[in-house]
This record gives sequence, C-alpha cells and structure tokens, in this order.
Amino acid sequence: MPRIVVDVMPKPEILDPQGKAIAGALPRIGLTGFAGVRQGKRFELTVDGDVTEEVLEQARHAAATLLSNPVIEDVTRVEVLEEDAQ
Amino acid sequence: MSAPNTGTPLIGGPQPVASNNEDSPLNGVKVGVVTFPGSLDDRDAVRAVRLAGGSAIHLWHGDHDLQDVDAVIIPGGFSYGDYLRAGAISRFAPLMEQITAAASGGENALPVLGICNGFQVLTEAHLLPGSMIKNNDLHFICRDQRLRVENNGTFWTSDYGQGEEIVIPLKNQDGQFVADNYTLDELEGEGRVVFRYVDGNPNGSRRDIAGISNAAGNVVGLMPHPEHAVEAGFGPDSSARGNVDVRGGTDGLGIFTSVLKKLVG
Repeated sequence: MPRIVVDVMPKPEILDPQGKAIAGALPRIGLTGFAGVRQGKRFELTVDGDVTEEVLEQARHAAATLLSNPVIEDVTRVEVLEEDAQ
Repeated sequence: MSAPNTGTPLIGGPQPVASNNEDSPLNGVKVGVVTFPGSLDDRDAVRAVRLAGGSAIHLWHGDHDLQDVDAVIIPGGFSYGDYLRAGAISRFAPLMEQITAAASGGENALPVLGICNGFQVLTEAHLLPGSMIKNNDLHFICRDQRLRVENNGTFWTSDYGQGEEIVIPLKNQDGQFVADNYTLDELEGEGRVVFRYVDGNPNGSRRDIAGISNAAGNVVGLMPHPEHAVEAGFGPDSSARGNVDVRGGTDGLGIFTSVLKKLVG
C-alpha cells in the first residue's frame, strides 16, 4: 500500500533541547564532525488505495492541524514515498 | 445528596462532590473537572474545589455534555500519554469542542483553568497562545516553586493581591513556555502574563512566564500545581506568607476561591 511521508521539524528559532543533548553525546562516541543536531519527527500515512489529490490534501491538512503545532514546528515535507509509487 | 464530611483528605468519587461546607454561599457553584485517559491530578483538583467551598463535577473527555457547570478545570497529568505532543490529541476530544465554544462565548464566557498538562491542552486548542517544549535541561523537575501573581484581575486570581507571591509545587518535563516575540510583547502589554517564576527560572520559559490568560481573562493556564497546595498537612513545606509547618503550605487555595467568589459575586 502506498505511503505518504510527513516530516515535521522544530522551527529554527525554537531551541531544541533534545537535539542539543544529542549534539553533546556525539563527541563522546568519537564523532566530532558535526556542528549541531536538530531532532524532528517523521510520520508515514498508509493509504488504502490510490493516492489521489484529495488524499494528499487530507495529508496536508493532518500535517497542519494534528501532526504539527505551528507555534513551535514547521511541516517540511508531505509527499508520496517513491518506493511505494512504482 | 451530599458526600460525608470525614475531615480527612477528600478523594473524589465519580459522583458530584459537594463542598466541605454545606452552608457556604459558594456551595452552589459547580466546577467541572475533566478526566482524560492519563489524567493524574483530576481528583486533587476536585478536592481543591471542595476545600475552597464549591461543588465539583466529574466530566469525562469523551462526553458531549458540560452538565451545566459554571467553570471548568483541565487538570494535570499525561493525557493520551503525551503522545505526539503534550495535549495534542486531547485537544480533539469531544468535550474539548464544548469547552472551546463555551470559553470563547463573549460576555458570559465559561471560566476555564488549565493546570500543567491542562495548560498544554489549552495552547493546543488555541484558547491560549504559545506552546510548551521540553525543559531546557531535559530533566523532569519536581520542586516547590515561588511565583508572583502578575495580574489579579482574572477569574482565577482575584482572591490574591496584585504582585502577591505564592509557593506551589512544580512538576513537569515539558514546561518551557515559548512564543514568538510579537506574542510575548502582546501578552506583556495586555497584562496577560498572570504568573511569573520568582527566585530563578526553572525551565527556560520565555520571560520567566509560568502562567497566562486569554484577552477576556476567563481562560488561564499555568504550569505549577495550585491544587497540591490547598490543605495544611498535605501541601508543600513552604509558603510565601511566612513559615509554615511541615507540608503546611496552602498558597494555591486562592486560585479556587477566586473563581467561586467571582461567580457568586
């Protein structure tokens, strides 16, 4: 069944305490090549049938109303997973 | 029918719970306390309403009926396990639709108080601006917290003096209040910062904000827990009013007496 992926990231101006903690842990396992980490969320919405424009619109609506909080987060991606679309 | 007054800590049952003092003029005020799956402090809020002299009504998040309550408290806890974001799923509960409509009702708008997770639910429901993210040190913080009442003109703070300080418990992990600068300036300019952290900011909240109100002042949310500081013997060890006995702090009671008196008067 096809899946629609929704990515949600904390807004750039919002401090991301979790990302900061991860950034602090990386050097402890010897990985020093990174200047920063931000942690977001990925949702996979499985579609029963074809991904029509109407279903995509529903996914965008879900992303804007339930899956993200626009005060602190941005929706950075709503799209059909290519591997499913074949 | 009234519940027996046992003089011991009053743990609310599922039935309406009358106040401790049946002669109290505040007894007729009905305050609904909403229970979601994962709510923890609903019974403490019921108890606080009773100790303040009002009558408490248990409300279930899945119902569509506000049961003619005069005010509503959305209690603390972890509704829906904080899945997705704290308050994000609760916001769409059937009863929340009723509460959102009633709380936005102009002149006779329903007074609503959100405590901790309840505050998070109110921001997700857009009844209050801003949002909460993880405490800036990532720790779950549990301590007695000193606050200043910055606005005693709301339904929930009128029994305090303007600028009065109180000590009530704070216990949360997602307690850092954030909003953009425009919103923060608006909150400050309109006197809608209701509570501010004093003696240090525990979680990185913008401008030390611990609680805010909507423009009309009927909806208030705060992160610390006034319902845990309402009865001597079961409260924090300190009070802003001076030395108290061990567990003797009752600085939170004024939140509940405020709304009861406001609704009667």
